[in-house]
Amino acid sequence: MQRLRVRYAKRGRLRFTSHRDISRAVERAVRRADIPVAYSAGFSPHPKISYAGAAPTGVASEAEYLEIGVTTPCDPQQVRTDLDGSLPPGLDVLDVVEAGPGALADRLEVSEWEVRLRDADRDLAVTAVEKFLAAGTVEVERLMKKGPRRFDAREAVLRLTVPEGAEGTEGTAAQVAGQSCVILRMVVRHMTPAVRPDDVLTGLRLVADFAPPVPPEVTRLAQGPLDDSTGALADPLDLDRETTRGGEAGPAGEHDVG
Amino acid sequence: MTSTGHVMGPASVGRMPVESIFPRLEALLPKVQKPIQYVGGELNSTVKDWDTTDVRWALMYPDAYEVGLPNQGVAILYEILNELPATLAERTYAVWPDLEALMRAEGVPQFTVDAHRPVRAFDVLGLSFSTELGYTNMLTALDLAGIPLLAADRGEDDPIVLAGGHAAFNPEPVAEFLDAAVLGDGEQIAIAISEVIREWKSEGKPGGRDELLMRLAESGGVYIPKFYDVDYHPDGRIKRVAPNRADVPWRVHKHTVMDLDEWPYPKKPLVPLAETVHERFSVEIFRGCTRGCRFCQAGMITRPVRERSITTIGAMVENGIKESGFNEVGLLSLSSADHSEIGEVAKGLADQYEGTNTSLSLPSTRVDAFNIDLANEFSRNGRRSGLTFAPEGGSERLRKVINKMVTEEDLIRTVTAAYSQGWRQVKLYFMCGLPTETDEDVLGIADLAKKVIKAGREASGSRDIRCTVSIGGFVPKPHTPFQWAGQADHETVDRRLKALRESFRSDREYSRAIGFRYHDGKPSIVEGMLSRGDRRIGAVIRNVWEDGARFDGWSEHFSYERWMAAAAKAGVDVDWYTVREREENEVLPWDHLDAGLDREWLWQDWQEAVNGGEVEDCRWTPCYDCGVCPTMGTEIQIGPTGKKLLPLTVV
Ligand code: SF4
Repeated sequence: MQRLRVRYAKRGRLRFTSHRDISRAVERAVRRADIPVAYSAGFSPHPKISYAGAAPTGVASEAEYLEIGVTTPCDPQQVRTDLDGSLPPGLDVLDVVEAGPGALADRLEVSEWEVRLRDADRDLAVTAVEKFLAAGTVEVERLMKKGPRRFDAREAVLRLTVPEGAEGTEGTAAQVAGQSCVILRMVVRHMTPAVRPDDVLTGLRLVADFAPPVPPEVTRLAQGPLDDSTGALADPLDLDRETTRGGEAGPAGEHDVG
Repeated sequence: MTSTGHVMGPASVGRMPVESIFPRLEALLPKVQKPIQYVGGELNSTVKDWDTTDVRWALMYPDAYEVGLPNQGVAILYEILNELPATLAERTYAVWPDLEALMRAEGVPQFTVDAHRPVRAFDVLGLSFSTELGYTNMLTALDLAGIPLLAADRGEDDPIVLAGGHAAFNPEPVAEFLDAAVLGDGEQIAIAISEVIREWKSEGKPGGRDELLMRLAESGGVYIPKFYDVDYHPDGRIKRVAPNRADVPWRVHKHTVMDLDEWPYPKKPLVPLAETVHERFSVEIFRGCTRGCRFCQAGMITRPVRERSITTIGAMVENGIKESGFNEVGLLSLSSADHSEIGEVAKGLADQYEGTNTSLSLPSTRVDAFNIDLANEFSRNGRRSGLTFAPEGGSERLRKVINKMVTEEDLIRTVTAAYSQGWRQVKLYFMCGLPTETDEDVLGIADLAKKVIKAGREASGSRDIRCTVSIGGFVPKPHTPFQWAGQADHETVDRRLKALRESFRSDREYSRAIGFRYHDGKPSIVEGMLSRGDRRIGAVIRNVWEDGARFDGWSEHFSYERWMAAAAKAGVDVDWYTVREREENEVLPWDHLDAGLDREWLWQDWQEAVNGGEVEDCRWTPCYDCGVCPTMGTEIQIGPTGKKLLPLTVV
């Protein structure tokens, strides 16, 4: 069975989709696009589509991943076009590759996030970030399914900056012209429990009493393995591209960014 | 911003530019439950340019998005109106109290989900009322939109508030909130109304709002409540309902679309992102029903039967699946097994979609072997889980009263066949509170259920079978033979249901195999008051809404006590509207609204009901003159066409 790895974005107002909403939409899109998805056996067969840790409801993302099992081999570029055309605008397919060996989930080690804070004070944000980074641990509390839980939000944060004059990523969250906002960028390691951008914001409030006046607009910019030499995020699908390019003569694998 | 006496030229009748309220809404969404229901963006939804259209409809299903989105009536009108080049239609739904509170605090108005335009900016706010329990949600929407609640207070800048749907066959309880109401099928009349509005606007809105309403009224196809006066007798009964100006017709008629093959909608089904109550593509396989069940308002007001042909059904299913990606298809109608070629439809579709993980469903509760054959066809590869049958009444006598011609023998024979063919669960649907009903009739339900289990155990050779009994409260409805009946009071209904429950519980042999679902009788009383109410009920609705009533169709939001307090405050005697039986000659609040049914025939049928007389179905026996076809200029349209569904070319 061929497996296809898909990178997709959830943008704009569709960032309010929950994980269940997305999985229903993808199942339907796969049917509309006539992708020969494989089904599980049994009385109520399910399409073989699996998802890697989805961004929470309300959070936009440029880097969500899913994997589709198909019964007959497909051209990844064709799947990219067909699937994208079958999903509502806002759930946008960015990249499709044929899966190589190794689990995709293992490559999604870190996430890069962008947090837009409308009407916040930049100087206060900078101070708060400095204090946060200087701290050894920052204990925060979040309400989980089993009740409130305390954990360290500091260790997972590999990088946290307040870029100057940044406009933020286009089309991800509400961007009202002329509105002042402060942007935070962070690279956070995936751990258990997961440290999310709102946990980092909680941390900023705890260390420096920094509290943005309106709910933050959060976007995941990238997920992937960390390149230890450069400290940069690598594209998790590159590994698949390398294997398939080397392994077979087929058309799969040519990749244009953009 | 009500109209100010001075005359405005057509060119100067400009409005503020209509902007999306989304940026303001977006800031509120992280704070509410299930924000996805408010953002729109569904597959196949349409956003048209505001300025290049001249007639604009906001269509509302006055319930939560999850219930409203799958509604076929709204979906069809949305598509048809948007197909007209200069007409635009968007959708709006009831917002839950959490968002309502935030919208009030932030001054965000009622909005459409398509382009998030403020509802007040549209020409028409068209509401589809499947039930009366959406009335309070209409008031919330009007209020949030900034549209005056009372039609009399609206001005040039307010939309025409127009009601349709089954409840609109008696819109009198909400008459003071409505500018207009339409009875029957909406397809053609919505287009016609758009044309009237376009013409009036292009002429520069001569005569203002009143002239527009007058133009709509004159046709006899749109009811304008304020052009009718209601006089009362000293004892409270209605004396007369009469037009209060020249050229307004005495009666307003329902609309009937003939030839459903010409209206194959939905073509581009809306595919929601949020989870909704029906996740499927639905095709109406016919409209109307002439089985003559006397309690059934839907059957009476949608006559005669008009079938969609097998070929159109096949084409619509193929297109609908392709356009939506849904993996379930529902073949809808009031009694889907009655389509003249349903056997061929079922077999053809089951063949076409075998192996594609597409499931087919058919709402049918007919008590006969054929119905099981259909269910078998539709569950070819799946599990045979549950089948539903609706005998409706617990005794033979009562079933004659309601004209549900099912004998106990029919039922036992049918369920025996179902269990022996591998079905494990049978659901039986009954009503409580029917006219002439006695305690024994209701206890008869327990006997039936036990016999069903006994027969099922013998037929299947297994004790692992179940039967679920579901009971709905009967509410007498306008335009049915029971429109004169006294509704059972809720104490009686509750007493009977309690006795029935005891009878199930106390039986050691069967109690574990029988499930029992029912609601208490109080909500039916409120529904009864709204169904057969007159204009004086408007004050009750307003009071209860001001007291916080919302989402009355949801048991967790509904409060009987709040409704009773609202009625008391309005000086309304609830019993007078509900449990009182009406005389033949009493003027009923909806007598001036014509569903086509001959009043004398209805009365006769009511008399026959009490005497246990039955009527046949006019599809298969001679016409018995219910009145619909001659008054409405319609006729029964049924097959068979003799055609078959061919295998799909590309699978
Ligand atoms: S008028 Fe006759 S044929 Fe038409 S619906 Fe009534 S009974 Fe049937």
